Amino acid sequence: MKEVKLNTPLKEKDIRDLKIGDVVYISGYICTSRDMGHLKMKEVIAEGEKLPVDLTGGVIFHAGPVVKKKDSTYELRVIGPTTSIRMEPHSDFIGNLGVKMIIGKGGMDEGTSNALQKYGMAYLQAPPGCAVVLGEKVEKVENVYWMELGVPEALWVLKVNEFGPLVVGMDSTGDSIYRDIKVNGKKLIEKMF
Amino acid sequence: MREVNAKQIKEKVKELFLKANYCIGEDVLNSIKEASLKETSETGKNVLSMILQNYKVAAEEKIAICQDTGLAILFIKLGQEVHVNGNWEEAINKGVEEAYVEGYLRKSSVTDPVFDRKNTKTNCPAIIYTDIVPGDKIEILVTPKGFGSENMSRLAMMKPADGPEGIVDFIVETVKIAGPNPCPPTIVGVCVGGTTDSAALTAKKATLRQVGEYNPDPRYADMERKALEKINNLGVGPAGLGGNTTSLWVNIDYKPTHIAGMPVAINICCHAARHASGII
Amino acid sequence: MEKIKKISTPLTDKVVQDLKAGQNVSISGYIYTGRDAAHKRLIDLLKEGKKLPIEIDGQVIYYVGPAPTPPGYKCGSAGPTTSYRMDPYTPALLDLGLKGMIGKGLRSKEVVESMKKNGAVYFAAIGGVAAMIAKGIKSSEVVAYEDLGPEAIHKYYVEDFPAIVCIDAKGNNLYETEPPKYAK
Repeated sequence: MKEVKLNTPLKEKDIRDLKIGDVVYISGYICTSRDMGHLKMKEVIAEGEKLPVDLTGGVIFHAGPVVKKKDSTYELRVIGPTTSIRMEPHSDFIGNLGVKMIIGKGGMDEGTSNALQKYGMAYLQAPPGCAVVLGEKVEKVENVYWMELGVPEALWVLKVNEFGPLVVGMDSTGDSIYRDIKVNGKKLIEKMF
Repeated sequence: MREVNAKQIKEKVKELFLKANYCIGEDVLNSIKEASLKETSETGKNVLSMILQNYKVAAEEKIAICQDTGLAILFIKLGQEVHVNGNWEEAINKGVEEAYVEGYLRKSSVTDPVFDRKNTKTNCPAIIYTDIVPGDKIEILVTPKGFGSENMSRLAMMKPADGPEGIVDFIVETVKIAGPNPCPPTIVGVCVGGTTDSAALTAKKATLRQVGEYNPDPRYADMERKALEKINNLGVGPAGLGGNTTSLWVNIDYKPTHIAGMPVAINICCHAARHASGII
Repeated sequence: MEKIKKISTPLTDKVVQDLKAGQNVSISGYIYTGRDAAHKRLIDLLKEGKKLPIEIDGQVIYYVGPAPTPPGYKCGSAGPTTSYRMDPYTPALLDLGLKGMIGKGLRSKEVVESMKKNGAVYFAAIGGVAAMIAKGIKSSEVVAYEDLGPEAIHKYYVEDFPAIVCIDAKGNNLYETEPPKYAK
């Protein structure tokens, strides 16, 4: 297990080096997207349009921030991860956009593991419920798109400095802490009953 | 302020529970009649014909349509200009008790669901949902809910990405798993949205909507149509003995919900979908 | 198959073996009622090696909790209750010679296997046709567990009780064979 500091745009080699259990800090730009945001991205691409942000080497953070309007811009108050499994159906699509890191909580499933292996991505868990601490690592709100989806679901582009600690939960070799827990848990249950 | 005596409430509740248990609603009756004409299975046709005959006997002789006269559920709209003289809850429970004792209805309520399970002998406590509304009337809707069908109900905390197809699949799967147990042909009440508690309650209310009426939102009406078609393609049939009438209708209602969720509650009602309403 | 086969209780092995899934029957004779609470008490007695309050050999149990009896009737509305709840208790009673069960809904694999082993039949009565079934019950007396109210064990004399052989003694099961014929 190692501690790694990475900058965006992320390089595939850096991601392929990450193993489950590694602790990562990200500096640069991350984009938030959750349920409706992912569907909106798919809709835009399906219509042959471009996304408002180039996600090559990018980071998708499953989150919806709490923000305060400040003149013509926004100030981020707190931000924490939402449950990632809801975004499971979209992992291959996300990988195809060039995204190299997905941050969330609770893990994702086999479809995502396959996409991580295929596209050289990693899934990292942000500390759940630590929205104040994570919020402090966000330097500023760079931009926001799709506000018609509502504040939590809009695409927020955040400038971050050593955003973390993030733990690699699923890596590009196909390993998954979440799968290991399920498999071991099942063995324990069989032993117990 | 309009004064209403607790005794009036008791009498109305009693009257409505007797009516609900003896007389099936016109919409359900007509739906079964229609189904018996379209049903292709011989056994299915016989079952539907017995059901129609049973409704007739029950209404004429004032005897319970089904021996499972259910737990007593009430949905009440209490006008905020009404002042009730007397104990509201006591009056309602007394009305239920009198209906069930004097009307030869089965008392199916047990205290302590796990250990003693002792029959309360009054079919009380009633399950009462009260909304305060403008006006000076009391609108009471009663529904005796049997547990053969109630036991087949389900709740899933689905995710927004599951979409309308996921919801329809969950409804069809629920009816498939239930098979003959809820006495098909059933009426399926669904609520999408809300929280676990409000979804379950709204699904129960959805079973009370008129059979044959779609949700006014065409997107939800489309889900209702698709679900009903797929359910009747399962072949479960009347009494689960095979046929093309597995459900008479699917009612889907929706409620605002959290951005992270899409609760889906399904309440199944048997063909004896009994309810009665009145106004004080 | 005859349109409606008339059978009477107690059921003999020959009658049971001849009944085929799908056969419409008209049952006459004495039948016992019992549901969740009564079954639990019977099984508890068996576990304690005590005598049961009713004979089981050759008999038919009807899973029902009837409504109270209105004036002019011998029994209140009495449609079947859902049988699967009695599944945990059934194989022990089948081992004692129970030959028929009337109810509605699915049965477990264990019950069906025990039916095949012991030679017994499961009849489906139509749920919700309770008022009409009540008219066919000519006498009713509580023979055990009066304190259970509607869940007491009653002895009914029935005349032409309409039912359908749902699972026969060979394990043929209408709930399995019929729906696929109508599925699209």
